[in-house]
Parts: sequence; structure tokens; C-alpha cells
Amino acid sequence: MISFHLTARSNVPPYVQLVEQVRQALLNGTLRPGDRLPTVKEVVGALAINPNTVLKAYRDLEREGLVEGRQGVGTFVLRRPDGPSPSDQASLRRSLRSWIAKAQEAGLADSDIESMVRTVLRAAAVEESA
Amino acid sequence: MTTPPPAIVTEGLGKRFGAKWALRDCSLAVPTGRVCGLVGANGAGKTTLLRLLAGLSRPSTGRAEVGGQVPRDDSQFLRRVGYLAQEIPLYRRWSAAEHLRMGAAMNAEWDGEWARERLEGLRIPLGQRVGTMSGGQRAQVGLVLALAKQPEVLLLDEPVAALDPLARREFLGTLSEAVAERGTTVVLSSHLVTDLERVCDHLVVLADSRTVLADDLDDVFATHRLLVGPRRDISAIERDHVVLREERTHRQLSLWVRLRGPLVDPNWDVQELGLEEIMLAYLSLREPAAAGPQPVEVTA
Repeated sequence: MISFHLTARSNVPPYVQLVEQVRQALLNGTLRPGDRLPTVKEVVGALAINPNTVLKAYRDLEREGLVEGRQGVGTFVLRRPDGPSPSDQASLRRSLRSWIAKAQEAGLADSDIESMVRTVLRAAAVEESA
Repeated sequence: MTTPPPAIVTEGLGKRFGAKWALRDCSLAVPTGRVCGLVGANGAGKTTLLRLLAGLSRPSTGRAEVGGQVPRDDSQFLRRVGYLAQEIPLYRRWSAAEHLRMGAAMNAEWDGEWARERLEGLRIPLGQRVGTMSGGQRAQVGLVLALAKQPEVLLLDEPVAALDPLARREFLGTLSEAVAERGTTVVLSSHLVTDLERVCDHLVVLADSRTVLADDLDDVFATHRLLVGPRRDISAIERDHVVLREERTHRQLSLWVRLRGPLVDPNWDVQELGLEEIMLAYLSLREPAAAGPQPVEVTA
């Protein structure tokens, strides 16, 4: 069982934070197939958040095939998320690290880098949809 | 699946005290099961709206329906609607247990067992006089009493304003759990944006006694953006979208915008807005009526 937490100082919507925490727990092995997620009522009472936030997060995880809701019993973990293997992830992280080093050398502040990443991500999304 | 009718509907609802309008032309629909945050500057009409919905005051214009009934001060209506005023009206010399006994005697569908368990779970001594409790404990007792009569609609007027962060979190936890269990529709007025952002999924903003925004919170986030770019003519933006607020320096232009469709001009730096920024944009509107209360559909 995991317990959720939420950061207000973040632009990430609460339901996405919950989804990411489950994915993270699955990736690092805190949650394993067969484990039960906290019930909606438990999460809602502990975090004082809207029930729909939790329902939406669990629906997202279900759509991805990571968890399964069983009527009247709870929501259970089915499998780990796909995605890059831990070694691919490490190598992507290393290349991002070296790019960031270059950007910092060129004189960009952290906030400049963040804004550049946002802009390029958006441009990529536009190119993809075009 | 059929959508249930909205729990709360108002059409052109208004309230005038003498020559002054406390609420004007308020039209909204809060879907069943939503937790609706009600925000606005002091004096914007929040308490007036809540009292009209609770049947404690009669409208000067327009109409309201709460749980399918016209709000009025009789038992038939009041058994389905809970209302908790800002000052948490409890008998100070009575204990929580005495309040529970009175609630059981006065309400047909009273869930006394739930109320007792809930108060015990919060470590509130049932035998203690309410007048000697902390503000947080009193607020919890008020909320538990309001929930124990199992209302379809619960109206809360700034219930957490005077509470410390821990008491606030516990109060909103009780509220959210009840919503999760029973699907109660809630309207909650507050100035505390971070609380609203967590607890609510619907938002109504009042400015200058008018409704300037009424929409599901997801849609509120999806349709509000800050556009930043070099100074330029904004008539194209104003034609397609609603500009809530603008800030100019001699080179730069910042626009707080409600999008009415996809944003085509690629030359803006587009930023998402937090709830606080969105609310401030509405609360500083010079002509509140200009924004209009209609929600917009965005497919982008």
C-alpha cells in the first residue's frame, strides 16, 4: 500500500500527481502486481481532495492497463508501466544532463531552460499534429 | 448513462436591499455531486446567494431551484438542504451530544451513528460544552451536524476562514469523505485558493454582484491562458477570445485570456494559469458584465 501526497507549489494538476506517484511506485517496485491501491474514500479523507480527482487518476491508470477496479473490492495493480527500460532511461537522463550543462555554460538560468523546454515541447506537439 | 438534472439552478436570480443590488442576474447550474467553490471579493454577493439557495431570504428577481424545489423556509425543503453559516451557529452551553440529540429529534433521516463515530474519530469529546471547544472543533461539530441529516445539497459559507491549517485540512477531509460516500452536492464559499483547488471540481466567481464565471474546474484550467509577447494590436485576439486583463510595457504585452477556441497565432508565449491568477484576473475586471457567465467549449 502506498500513501499519496500533493504539492500545491506545482503546476501539475492533482490527478496527474496521483497518477505519477502510482507509476513511480510501480517503476521502483514499491507497488507490485496484486497490490491494492488506497480506496477513494481513504485518499479523499487523508488529503482533503475532491473524490473525482482520485476517480479520474484511477480511471487513467485503468485505461493504461496498469490497474484494475474490482466492483466493491478495490483497485488492484496489474502490471508495471511500459516505457524505456531503466538503462534507456538512465542514458536519456545522461544526455539531458550534458545538454543542460551546455545551456548553463552558454549562460542560461534554470528558469530560461525550463521555459525553453516548454516552448520546444509545444512546438513538437504542433509539428506532430500538423 | 443519463445525466441527473443539476442540483442547483438559478435563472436571473437577484436580490436588492433598498437601492443596492447585492446580487444581480445570476444564472447558473451546478451539476449533481459537484463540489462548487464560490469566490469573490468581500461584498460581491456570496453570502446573499447562499442564503437565497438555503431559503433564508427571498429573491427580488428571477428564480432558484435546489434539489428540484424552490428554496423556502419550511421543513419539506430544509430536510434536503444543509446550510452552515459563517459563524457556525451552535448553542454554546450545549455539548456535542446534546446537539446530536436535538438533531435526531428534529430530522427524519438523521444518521446519528455516523455523526457520533465521526466526532469520536476526530477526538472531539462528546460531553464537552461547545462554547469551550476550539474553533476547529466547533466547525467540525457544525459540519458533522449539517451532514448527519443527510442533505442532498450542502451550502457552506466560509466555513474554514477562521481555522488553522490542520483544522482546515481535517474539516475539508470530513467534507470530501462525505461527498465520496454519498455524492452530496456542495457549494462552499472561501478565499483560500489552495483549499478550493484541492476540494472543488466546479467554480463560480462573483464580481460586483454578478456571475462572471461558472464552469467545471477542469474547463476553467483548460480555457484560461496568459499570453505574453511583443506589443501589438489585439483586436484579432479580442474578436476570438475574451481578454480579462492586460498589462503593457512599451515593448511587451501580457494578456490574461479566456479562450473560446484554439489559439491560432503562434507568436505568443502561452502559459497555463493557476487558480489564483485566474481568480485575480476576474476580480480585477473593470466591467464584470463584459466577461459573461457562459462556459465555453474548447476542442484544442
